[in-house]
Amino acid sequence: MTALVALMAFTAVLALVLILGDLIAKGASSLDWNFFVRNPAPAGETGGGVANAIVGTGIIVGLAALIGLPIGIGAGLYLAEYGSGRLGFLVRFVADVLNGTPSIVIGILAWTWMVKPVGRFSALAGSVALAVLMIPMIARTTEEMVRLVPHSLREAALALGYPRWRTSLRVVARTALSGIVTGCLVGIARVAGETAPLLFTALGNLNFTTKVTQPMQTLSLQIYVYATGPFDEWHRLAWAAALVLVALVLVLSMVARWVTRQRYGGVR
Amino acid sequence: MTTLPIEPAPAPPNTETPSTEPRRASLRGVNASDRIYKGVLTVLALALPLLIVALFVQLFVSALPAIKRFGFSFLWTSTWDPVAEIYGAAPMIFGTLASSLIALLIAVPLALGVAIFLTEFAPRWVRQPVAFLVELLAAIPSVVYGLWGVFVLIPFLRSYAVPPLKAVLGWTPFFQGVFYGNSLLAGGIILAIMIVPYIAAVSREVLLAVPGSQREAALAMGATRWEAVWTAVLPYGRAGLIGAVILGLGRALGETMAVTMVIGNRHDIGLSALQPAYTMAAAIANEFSEATTDTYLSALFEVGLILFVITVLVNAFARLLIWRVARGAAVGSRAL
Repeated sequence: MTALVALMAFTAVLALVLILGDLIAKGASSLDWNFFVRNPAPAGETGGGVANAIVGTGIIVGLAALIGLPIGIGAGLYLAEYGSGRLGFLVRFVADVLNGTPSIVIGILAWTWMVKPVGRFSALAGSVALAVLMIPMIARTTEEMVRLVPHSLREAALALGYPRWRTSLRVVARTALSGIVTGCLVGIARVAGETAPLLFTALGNLNFTTKVTQPMQTLSLQIYVYATGPFDEWHRLAWAAALVLVALVLVLSMVARWVTRQRYGGVR
Repeated sequence: MTTLPIEPAPAPPNTETPSTEPRRASLRGVNASDRIYKGVLTVLALALPLLIVALFVQLFVSALPAIKRFGFSFLWTSTWDPVAEIYGAAPMIFGTLASSLIALLIAVPLALGVAIFLTEFAPRWVRQPVAFLVELLAAIPSVVYGLWGVFVLIPFLRSYAVPPLKAVLGWTPFFQGVFYGNSLLAGGIILAIMIVPYIAAVSREVLLAVPGSQREAALAMGATRWEAVWTAVLPYGRAGLIGAVILGLGRALGETMAVTMVIGNRHDIGLSALQPAYTMAAAIANEFSEATTDTYLSALFEVGLILFVITVLVNAFARLLIWRVARGAAVGSRAL
């Protein structure tokens, strides 16, 4: 039986190795300078790159972080500092439930609120959708990290006459800072790969744009279009874009994990 | 009254009233800036409950025309005809449930095996790296799973997996018909790979929360290590493990991109796993931007509403089960 469970663990790791291996095998050869600095070529032609999608991903995810992080961190601080009562329980529960809400549902909500009234798809609507996805995730990890701060530290600050808000921000949150940053990085990594909430908000755009009121391309949208399209050239670019996206997400996740490891050693 | 040889604590700079009162007030946390701080945090925290209510209300309002027009028959009508303006979600509901069921059949033994191996049997130096690698599966974007499914998994199934499956199980209704590639089976397998890390991560934390005394008691009674796991550890964590599985189910139900790319997107109910099918999330992803009439759009919103309500119920149930084991902790927050 030991062998059986070991085999299952091996199978799960094998799946990861296979997927990453295929990404490198099929994507790495297409990664050249043009891939990063050119915009997509017209359908059917060879060449072209995904510069517009890379910049678009950066803008949309960056804006989402600007909107989502303050709310998420604030909610997380609330849960850690004042979250022992009934409201704390409710917020915690709702955050966990929202974490499992299908992202496509958030997408059609963002469409209803941000696209329909204006009558135009926009990168901003995509950012709002991603921010909504980010908030419950960030709130929970922030709470976890702040809770790791020893009580004696908080008591020491309060005993010195620090008001609660300064204790919370200057002592507790600062001590947990690297943990909070980790949570934020993981949250950003997760939404950077999202596609479903962007389908009806950011929509995608074959041209280079930095205007957030216009439709904008992201790597994930580009992969979807290319993978489901009819051309071999598109499939080649889809693999390359997928490799870049996965590398981006994994590097963010690993940096985050490394930061936590440095700070909290053997917490779990 | 003698003065003590120590200096009194400095009063907070923003208060002018003398001695003890402001200090006591600040210790109770009732000074003005503290109240503002708490108020701001409370408002930010309230954003979450407000969001879930707003989601429900907005989906319901947008779906109202379809709800009024089709009533409950929307749930069991299997016609989806935008031209005749007749909509029924039965095939999508069926496809969502069927693909998630296939995913659970594959993922649950695998994920529980991973969790048991990592908490009970693995050598210490293996535990962290393997847990990390399995959790990395959760970091891969859905659309990349879809890409992999289209260009690697489906060709593999077509050439190597389905022919022997049909040879052995072809007589059952579940493996009838011609296999073109995009199918319920492909969707289920992709979903299984995607939910393994969630189920494994939460199960692992549930098993870690089982007290060591449970194991020791079983071992002291002469049980082997496996018997200790089977008779003492797993029953103790049962509620949490079921919670982990249901959490995985919630993920599978709402997964969109990967499934859309491999499941075939056909409005049809069939028992065969080799046939194309449809899911609720895939229908929204595919048809939302094509929905030209108000009724069409409203019908898609109703699909979204059904999906939302189902996943909220499933997730809430899972969380309550997990919280019973690990009280209030954000179990599996690393992977989720």
